Amino acid sequence: MSESLVEEIKSQIVVRDDEINVSDLEAKLNVAKPVGYDTVVVIQGVPVVEESKVQDFYRFLTSRLFAKIGKVKENGLHMPLEDKDGKKVSNGIVFADFETVEFADLCVQELDGKQILKNHVFVVRKLSQLEKALNTPEEFTFEEREFKEREHLRSWLADYYGRDQFISYYGNQVSVNWNRKSDIPEQIVNRENWTETYVQWSPLGTYLVSLHLRGIQLWGGESWNMCARFLHPYVKFIDFSPNEKYLVSWSYEPVRLPPIGHPARENMPFTDEDEGKHCFVWDIASGRILRSFKIPPQLDNKDAKKVVWPLFKWSADDRFLARVNVGQSISIYETPSLSLVDKKTLKIEGVQNFEWCPVSNALGGDNKEQLLAYWTPEVVNQPARVALMNVPSKQTIRTKNLFNVSDCKLYWQSNGDFLSVKVDRHTKTKKSTFSNLEIFRIREKNIPVEVVELKDVILNFAWEPKSDRFAIISANDQILSSTNVKTTLSFYGFDHKKNTTSTFRHIASFDKKSLNSIFFAPNGRFLIGATLGSATQYDLEFYDMDFDTDKKEPDALANVQQIGSTEHFGMTELEWDPSGRYVTTSSTVWRHKLENGYRISDFRGTLLREEMIPDFKQFLWRPRPPTLLSKEDMKNIRRKLKDYNRLFDEEDIAETSTANRELAARRRTLISEWQRYREEVTARVSEERAVVGQPLHSVLPADEEEVVQETIEEVISEQIETIED
Amino acid sequence: MRPIILQGHERPLTQIKYNHDGDLLFSCAKDKVINVWFSHNGERLGTYEGHTGAIWTCDISKNSSLMASGAADNTMRLWDVKSGKELFKWEFPTAVKRVEFNEDDSRIFAVTEQRMGFSGTVTVFRVPSSANDVAAETPLYVITTRESKATVAGWSYLSKYLITGHDDGSVSRYDANTGEFLESKQIHNVGASITDLQFSPDRTYFVTACKDTTAKLTDVDSFDVIKTYLTDTPLNTSSITPVQDFIVLGGGQEARDVTTTATRQGKFETRFYHAILEEELGRVKGHFGPINTIAVHPKGTGYASGGEDGYVRVHAFDKNYFDFKYTL
Repeated sequence: MSESLVEEIKSQIVVRDDEINVSDLEAKLNVAKPVGYDTVVVIQGVPVVEESKVQDFYRFLTSRLFAKIGKVKENGLHMPLEDKDGKKVSNGIVFADFETVEFADLCVQELDGKQILKNHVFVVRKLSQLEKALNTPEEFTFEEREFKEREHLRSWLADYYGRDQFISYYGNQVSVNWNRKSDIPEQIVNRENWTETYVQWSPLGTYLVSLHLRGIQLWGGESWNMCARFLHPYVKFIDFSPNEKYLVSWSYEPVRLPPIGHPARENMPFTDEDEGKHCFVWDIASGRILRSFKIPPQLDNKDAKKVVWPLFKWSADDRFLARVNVGQSISIYETPSLSLVDKKTLKIEGVQNFEWCPVSNALGGDNKEQLLAYWTPEVVNQPARVALMNVPSKQTIRTKNLFNVSDCKLYWQSNGDFLSVKVDRHTKTKKSTFSNLEIFRIREKNIPVEVVELKDVILNFAWEPKSDRFAIISANDQILSSTNVKTTLSFYGFDHKKNTTSTFRHIASFDKKSLNSIFFAPNGRFLIGATLGSATQYDLEFYDMDFDTDKKEPDALANVQQIGSTEHFGMTELEWDPSGRYVTTSSTVWRHKLENGYRISDFRGTLLREEMIPDFKQFLWRPRPPTLLSKEDMKNIRRKLKDYNRLFDEEDIAETSTANRELAARRRTLISEWQRYREEVTARVSEERAVVGQPLHSVLPADEEEVVQETIEEVISEQIETIED
Repeated sequence: MRPIILQGHERPLTQIKYNHDGDLLFSCAKDKVINVWFSHNGERLGTYEGHTGAIWTCDISKNSSLMASGAADNTMRLWDVKSGKELFKWEFPTAVKRVEFNEDDSRIFAVTEQRMGFSGTVTVFRVPSSANDVAAETPLYVITTRESKATVAGWSYLSKYLITGHDDGSVSRYDANTGEFLESKQIHNVGASITDLQFSPDRTYFVTACKDTTAKLTDVDSFDVIKTYLTDTPLNTSSITPVQDFIVLGGGQEARDVTTTATRQGKFETRFYHAILEEELGRVKGHFGPINTIAVHPKGTGYASGGEDGYVRVHAFDKNYFDFKYTL
């Protein structure tokens, strides 16, 4: 629009104040004035007292309960009294009018839901909040929403070839791809700036989670539409419950709400309580906040950046989530109310860490109980202790006392059959350390504990999934301080014996390694030892625990064999694909800038595909939910494996041949295009050259070497002899 | 086959060039001397001494009688190839980064640096007929590169265009007769310097090497990019092979960053790409510093590379190079 036109229009517009009706805007933007009740809190659940003792109770409240909170206005306390058996008694409600709004807020924060007196749990609300509750209509009006059919969130499992998907994230490009072994992965979707920080899969692979400065988004289904979004400014970490029902999110920044009365405040999922909180628990299906949490009190200086993530550990059935307050207690919350089990934290003197059993109902019987293991260190006159506890009954089932303990780590076997406690112990002089394994056999009567003693320090421990075998990486503590630590990889298995006691037995060891990490294939049997986090070594070693089973001795627990070894310079991450057939190692720009990209190899370490991508950030296999096949079905499949193999081989051959054909065709077209282009240019240029009179051969080197042959005859000396007849 | 290693320089190589017949190899380095070698056995034929600064560039006339050189002593000099005598000298306000004879050896250009307040130029001269040809000192025309400085340049076929590559990743085309600006195109990433520009044998297309880790093939007439070669390292040089449709690329981590990482990080390999399919075919190791310059034998029988490490490695292609064919 030209400027003159704008001027013209402006001149025609006459603004008359009285004509413009802004009442709707006023109603929307009007900031409610404090009505004077903002300092008043209502406390329910206080003890019932007689009229004569009311003043005493007021004194108790002001001097004891409110002492830390703030001052109450003069005559600011009021308890309604009612007649009961002819006497006037209170009905358990106190109105307290504080001097400032801050005091009132603090009162709600500090006293609500707390068990202050022996038999009384206070329910504390501000009067204004009650007002809101009173204004809620009696009858719930149901707002009918149109039903929208959602895409099947697990459609990827129905892939004809049974392939797996993975995310690759580099630069600002996030893409989801089908793995095609050594071929170029088939891209399913690629979006620019899909995330502002990073992406993640949910634990069963249903959702792709993208993190943004404003919050979290979940994506899924065949067309990768958004399934849910959760507003949480500057979200940094997220954690799902094992069955994808709940989501926990954490931000370094506390949530700040717009001032009371601001229209934006109404549109936020947060309530007054959530102000200043860092951690939120969401219900994924409804998108609602179940509860918000402050920074755990034991964090130094309340620095949100020092949080250990995940902050909460979920029980296997999504029912409980728990957090350890190191040295003091474990707080166990129950979903969906997110209130503390038995309304109080579980006090355990000195508790350091705990782990939930990975399966529900590990002990049989009442399947509502979840098993939890924790350990406490040695204190004066009291040994260190590992204990198993049932939740929610909080019954301790088994404890084991330990001595000379410097550290413990708890490792559950994936079926919950065993709990292995790696105990780092020191000798009496505290000069050297060594490790023991205390293995709890959960399924046996009275839960026997077996000790596997070692002379070395265990650096890493891993159970073979769904099995009774495990692998450890250990090193002698004398050399631990040296830069070039030589480690030993050892395998152990559980020896089932009929007559004598069954025990864990050493199977095999491989020493003089530089490995420091163990990665078992998702279905067991295969294992990768890797050197991660080193600046100079990037070893990868592949092991098969049941190599050539036919040759295995009958009572051997395993026949461990190294089946491959390789090196991936600069690797920072390693991940098995969900099928356990492929392994990816990646070098991401977040750790360093050396040779960023990823490699896919098979379970023997044979390199299938390598992609060097500058600014490579993430490679993530899409997890698969547990199989729905029964044991019978799986057995059947195993029996028919040979038939399937033939079928798969045929498919593979067909695919490679089409791929080869396509590639060859592509090359042929490129080359023929090039030849056309060259012919055209050559023809044109030679015409131009002909016009100027400078043919091409005058400037190009001659193909044939010009050989100039000169015969030189040189007389060296002459001698004349007469030959006589 | 093992390469012939020419150890005649004490400083990093800047440019190497075969003569028209391919029997001689000229090498320029920052150590102020130009060496000439027999390309088939690596025997040194002689040196050209006279420059008082690092030598950036050289070029040889078609009949191999004249050699021109440009150096950081702000001069371009003309030499008698046979005797090693200096025939002629042009002086400039700044260093000369690239020189080249045109197709019929009648003209020569010098690309000068933009420095000390002087803007970068491409200056074209007539090739002097004798040492006393004072008239040749006056340029035929001077192209002043305004927005970005030219780093490399070359004559197209029939000396039709003068093509320049710039330090901002663009290439420009000038009328070679008048020096008139025709067009400019941003073919590489903005701000990434073009480090080399070499022509195909018939001079109808050229390849540019760039710090943005790519090399591109551009047609002279349409001025369109026709092929792109992606690598993972900043490139210093690129060349086209006359036999087989290959592109030879060289580069590596910047010399100043080399000591900060492990040796294998340098990527100091010569890379061979298929010119048409844009696929990498192989790499040749050897240098222990970035490769600064690569020249392919005019008959396509071999190539030579010069590195920051001060060595020139002369390779002759094996039989299987010539036998190579894509199975289609």
